[in-house]
Amino acid sequence: MTSVAVGLRQPRRRPLAATLAFARHHVLTVFSVLFFAYLLLPIAVVAVFSFNHPTGRFNFVWKGFTWSNWANWNAIPGIQSAVELSLEIALIASVLATGLGTLMALALVRYGFRGRGTTNFIVFLPLSTPEIVLGASLLTLFLNFSTPLGFWTILIAHVMFCVSFAVVTVKARLVGFDRHLEEAAMDLGANEWITFKKITLPLIAPAILAALLLCFAISVDDFVVTYFVAGSRVTFPIFVWGAARVATPPQINVIGIAFFVIAVTAMLGNVFLQNRRAKAA
Amino acid sequence: MGLGFFHRHRGSTPYLLLAPGMLWLGIFFLVPLGFLIYQSLQSGSIDFGYHFNWHWGNYWDAIKGYRGEFERSFEYAGLATLIALVVSYPVAYWIAFRGGRWKNLLLLFIVAPFFVTYLIRTLAWETILSDHGLVVRLLTDIHLISPGGRVLATGTAVVAGITYNFLPFMALPLYVSLEQIDQTLIEAAEDLYASKWRAFLRVTFPLSLPGVVAGTLLTFIPAAGDFINAQLLGSPTSHMIGNVINSKFNELIDYPAAAAMSFILMAIILAMVLGYARAVGTEKLTG
Repeated sequence: MTSVAVGLRQPRRRPLAATLAFARHHVLTVFSVLFFAYLLLPIAVVAVFSFNHPTGRFNFVWKGFTWSNWANWNAIPGIQSAVELSLEIALIASVLATGLGTLMALALVRYGFRGRGTTNFIVFLPLSTPEIVLGASLLTLFLNFSTPLGFWTILIAHVMFCVSFAVVTVKARLVGFDRHLEEAAMDLGANEWITFKKITLPLIAPAILAALLLCFAISVDDFVVTYFVAGSRVTFPIFVWGAARVATPPQINVIGIAFFVIAVTAMLGNVFLQNRRAKAA
Repeated sequence: MGLGFFHRHRGSTPYLLLAPGMLWLGIFFLVPLGFLIYQSLQSGSIDFGYHFNWHWGNYWDAIKGYRGEFERSFEYAGLATLIALVVSYPVAYWIAFRGGRWKNLLLLFIVAPFFVTYLIRTLAWETILSDHGLVVRLLTDIHLISPGGRVLATGTAVVAGITYNFLPFMALPLYVSLEQIDQTLIEAAEDLYASKWRAFLRVTFPLSLPGVVAGTLLTFIPAAGDFINAQLLGSPTSHMIGNVINSKFNELIDYPAAAAMSFILMAIILAMVLGYARAVGTEKLTG
């Protein structure tokens, strides 16, 4: 565009710009709506097929509607124990990992000490290692010590890959933390433990809760690492993997959607509460 | 660091706080990596056992025998990362700048699908892309694939699956960095006669680069080691190095070869990450 053209365009500029802005506004919106449709499409498929009445071993073709998969969600041998094992591991692993991770986050944010950089790096390393390498290397450790594979090896693995996530989550909250509150408590005669219990802990509680939930979600969903160290124990993802080769009962979809509904309801509740709190403030 | 919290015991407190977690990571993450290297230099057979004898041949065999799978892993992961970036950026932008009070709800929509187990999501794509499914019919109708053509069991399906499965790892960091941008900077650029597009290229995009870097890493790393998508949506000709490592470890019990491949995979990825980290600064990466 030459300067002459710009000069000529000047009077018409606003409506043109407005039209362009309007169009772009819409392009973005349309694109985003399509994006969300794409994200949710597989979930819709899983949900619909949880009501399917398949005739063969595989649940890939729609054959008719039934409630029975939901009513008899545990009718498939092994599926209930797999779900229970997954929940049990996720519960213990998320508590342990969040505990370890919170302590580490406190140390990393609060103190300048020798080896802080190295520690940060070691915490970061598992996050940048593909899961298959985590699983493979843990398996070689267990093999070399002839450790029997099962519940404990799964638990050890899950705590290991959850710790870094917990550290990162709690650290993010601690960084924006007002230290004066703690100093005030100490000035008023509280000892360190009381200060920690009454001031620090309540303030970082949301981050600890977030870390717990994140660890739980990661643990319950993990397949790759678990597959390497599970031995003959079967978690829910391992059950699905085994099923994918021989038969896919619709009950798999039922459990998948049930997890989904519980998680989304909890998160919706949280968003709703936050919005209300934001309005009140 | 001014006044320490537990200032009376400042010397040892951080180490005490770190000890349990670092021990866990040390014993169950760092030490196993050592054992992985140890295992990768062994030779022998399942029947007579493996023994350590500096057998570097495993590395040679891995590179020579499975070069295709290595290359495919990085090719598929790279493609998926690129597509995920191009697809998520506009949406992250839309939520950050036009989301208003719906921001949190929209973010929830991005994360929500990932509460359905990874494997079930991938099986759903198997249904969607299957030979008589909607996608294949549509693509046949518009002559993008010939009649009788397939999507399932091709590299395209694998890349599509990987892209989908790691989308939130891309979208969320992008959103976070876009959301933090001070809007007045963009307004200033426009006041100074930058066109919207130019303002985006010169102001918005550079400021969102930390999110782009974090998103690409968080997507690329797990994607390069993935074998589930290639197993469920691909065929042996679209298998990645993860498939080989998995079958050697869990089915063929060829531990030394599998360990060598795992180590090569990790080394390549780590080299890439460190290169990236040098370009952007480590503090930003490790938080």
